[in-house]
Amino acid sequence: MSGEGLTIRGLRVSFDGYTAVDGVDLDVRPGDLRFLIGPNGAGKTTLVDAVTGLVKATGSVRFGTNGDGTELIGKPVHKIARLGIGRTFQTATVFEELTVLQNLDIAAGAGRGPLTMLRRRKGIPQPVAEALETTGLTALRDRPAGVLAHGQKQWLEIGMLLVQDVRLLLLDEPVAGMSHEERESTGELLRRVSEDSTRTVVVIEHDMDFMRSFARSVTVLHAGKVLSEGTVAQVQADPKVQEVYLGRARAEESADAAPAVPSPATGEATPTTTASAQEA
Amino acid sequence: MTTTSAPTTPAPEVTKATSPLTRFRVPGGFALGAVLLLGIAPLALTDFRLALLAKYLCWAMVAVGVSLAWGRGGLLVLGQGVFFGLGGYAMAMHLKLADAADTGIPGALPDFMQLYGTGEALPWWWKPFGNPAFALAATVLLPMAVAAVLGFFVFRRRVRGAYFAILSQALAAALAIWLVGQQATTGGTNGLTDFQGFFGYDLDDPANQRTVYFVIAVSLLLLMAAARQLFVSRYGELLIAVRDSEERVRFLGYDPANVKLVAYVVAAGMAGLAGALFVPAVGIISPALIGVVPSIGFVIGAAVGGRASLVGAVLGAIAVAWAQSTLSDAFPGAWTYLQGLLFVVAVGFLPGGLASLGAVIRRNRIRTRSGEAA
Amino acid sequence: MTVILNQSFTGISIGAVLLLIALGLTLTFGQMGVINMAHGEFIMAGAYTTYVLQKAISGAGVSLLVALPVAFLVAGAMGALLEWLLIRRLYTRPLDTLLVTWGVSLMLQQLARDIFGAPNVQTRAPDILTGNIAVAEGISLANSRLFILGLALLSVLALTLVLRFTPLGRRIRAVVQNRDLAEVSGIATGRVDRMTFFIGSGLAGVAGVAITLVGPIGPTTGTNYIVDAFLVVVVGGIGQLKGSVITAFVLGVLQSVLEYSTTVSVAKVIVLVAIVAFLQWRPQGLYTLRTRSLA
Repeated sequence: MSGEGLTIRGLRVSFDGYTAVDGVDLDVRPGDLRFLIGPNGAGKTTLVDAVTGLVKATGSVRFGTNGDGTELIGKPVHKIARLGIGRTFQTATVFEELTVLQNLDIAAGAGRGPLTMLRRRKGIPQPVAEALETTGLTALRDRPAGVLAHGQKQWLEIGMLLVQDVRLLLLDEPVAGMSHEERESTGELLRRVSEDSTRTVVVIEHDMDFMRSFARSVTVLHAGKVLSEGTVAQVQADPKVQEVYLGRARAEESADAAPAVPSPATGEATPTTTASAQEA
Repeated sequence: MTTTSAPTTPAPEVTKATSPLTRFRVPGGFALGAVLLLGIAPLALTDFRLALLAKYLCWAMVAVGVSLAWGRGGLLVLGQGVFFGLGGYAMAMHLKLADAADTGIPGALPDFMQLYGTGEALPWWWKPFGNPAFALAATVLLPMAVAAVLGFFVFRRRVRGAYFAILSQALAAALAIWLVGQQATTGGTNGLTDFQGFFGYDLDDPANQRTVYFVIAVSLLLLMAAARQLFVSRYGELLIAVRDSEERVRFLGYDPANVKLVAYVVAAGMAGLAGALFVPAVGIISPALIGVVPSIGFVIGAAVGGRASLVGAVLGAIAVAWAQSTLSDAFPGAWTYLQGLLFVVAVGFLPGGLASLGAVIRRNRIRTRSGEAA
Repeated sequence: MTVILNQSFTGISIGAVLLLIALGLTLTFGQMGVINMAHGEFIMAGAYTTYVLQKAISGAGVSLLVALPVAFLVAGAMGALLEWLLIRRLYTRPLDTLLVTWGVSLMLQQLARDIFGAPNVQTRAPDILTGNIAVAEGISLANSRLFILGLALLSVLALTLVLRFTPLGRRIRAVVQNRDLAEVSGIATGRVDRMTFFIGSGLAGVAGVAITLVGPIGPTTGTNYIVDAFLVVVVGGIGQLKGSVITAFVLGVLQSVLEYSTTVSVAKVIVLVAIVAFLQWRPQGLYTLRTRSLA
């Protein structure tokens, strides 16, 4: 039944005996905005690494929009990228010495022929202009990316995925280290991006408030396995999830005076994002 | 659906200064260089000095490639001597064969082979170089082919940074050692020298030497124009991106190995052309000109002048070559110290080279001024 | 057959010299990631130390034994000084370090030329080390080569023990594995870097003593070995002692056997091609630490 979008079956990744992802099945449909959550070491980033070809994995990862997906396991990173699969990293990686415009233009051009490559860029290509608009970076387009603020770099990364015309966006903690306003803007940006019914968006996140505000569906990973899946409310009500997060949730409930959603599964709240950023 | 949600930091539009001075800076500089090299230098310099300048310009041509591969692509090419040597030997072998044919004796061998040669027959791999078209093409294509094969294997497996530098250096060492070992067929340590003619022209004639100079000067200008086009092209931007973060480029759907390969191969071709023109200009090609030490020498000029700046790299290469031939004859010991010191200071404390000196001074002045104000 | 065996033994002794030189590099290049082109000049310094000591002390055997620790200290001090003056400013720029230290190497060579003269000099080997031992019918080993082999193995052992069991060794490994964490754990990383450099360069000095037994020495003695020694570390795997040991001997034997069946120069080229081919198979070298990080 491997239909549209991302279809993962029996995905397994081991590093020298340690199994980081242990038989994960996952389906994400186009138009979804799926959040992957779970404690540190649950295998979230490794799962994204496996999908994008960065680490070796066994099992099956298919992605396609026409019913029959292309098998991704075993393909090199740049070939997977050319199938319309893009990702961001926990630490924003943009080309610091190039301008915002140059960053986006490079992202837009993986399919360019040699003759175009050897010529100078004339004007601003249409997709690049749109991405500048969507990410709100138009005014900064001639700045070197290295001088951008942290949040702006993340938006630039998302913009780079947009100009690539990526069909599957895998975002690794896009709001880590962002201010409250930046989080809101990023969430709005993600919502807009995923409204396109041909796009599939998967977000790894530790920030539970952010997840509650923007997720359309959630998958909880624990110890390399899928623990629970469903809407935000379903997942929060799942006793298994509560168990995994229990110790911490109890401690935090007493500390957190105003929980946004009355649920024991508030799990990891904002302060832990800084710790998780070091996981990289 | 528009820009309302993502906060737009109010940033003043960076207005590109389009004063005539900026707009004509590049073509103007190019024209100035052409006038200096093609007009003033041949008039002002004696035949002897002009021949020296021709030699420096050959090294500057290598520096153009170094600036592309190292300055832009971050590939520390420590083995450019290999490509310089391949180009040089390809040309020299042809000239030797042409000289031998000019003696009028059928089947005559190049002079050095008669001296040390063991067999009577020309080695098979010499034969094609008798054909001028083949030899000329080989001066550029042979280095490019070697670079392509080596680069393909090395970049594909993501051998990079220091590993790449050491491997390319080992290649230079291996070629030099091999050439020395094959005295009967390559002239060994002596290399190939004593050329009489150059495609029918007598190389001893000063007028013809001047022509060689003009060929070299025009070639250098053309290479600089080509490199400049690569620098400002989309490829040039991509090359910087690969230098910044290879992994990220891969996630955008490019194969960084290919991007680096192009820069490496082009730089090799430039070094090959330089080696080929070096032979008629200087009259010799030998292992001492292409081993580990001269290979690092090719980098030093670019480092001193400014690796990322095309003009800086070229001027640096010319200046270092000039200093070397002027000082090393008069004070050989002092020159070696100075050369070492140049490396330490230029690379260690002024990574942008002399080309960045202006910017560094300006920055310091601003810093001092703001320091005074505070 | 005898010939092959003889060549293999020669190869092992070439490997022993390579190993001695590469040993210092596994510390400075392997563990710290610094490409120190002046490493070759530390070898030269060790060699000239032997030469000077032999002038001062008449007995060749005594002077050789004295030379070992003295050369270690001389070369080590030079290394620590270089680290303090230049290299510590360049830790984030490995390629630039290569070029800067190459400049230093040029100056040190010229210094040697000014002090000792450009021509090569020869030291006398002690009588014990001049003979040969007949191992089997037609196979004999030079005593000096055996001495070098012993010295190399002893140095490997000593370095392993230092890295494994001493507080300094623990600190060195801590800094290599996680510099920031080591720093916040109260380790003076700057001092550890300097000590690492001291030991690595000191080992180059010991290698310098060894090569005085192989042939004459001159200002460019070190440069002749340095590229090969770097290749040993690259092939062996960064920071992997056992990788360097195996690689040094394999390359030595390969070189020596090939030299016999072809020529010295062709052998060099073949070895290089073999290395490029090997890196196709294992780009990170013989032994690697597998990590998750994107390097």
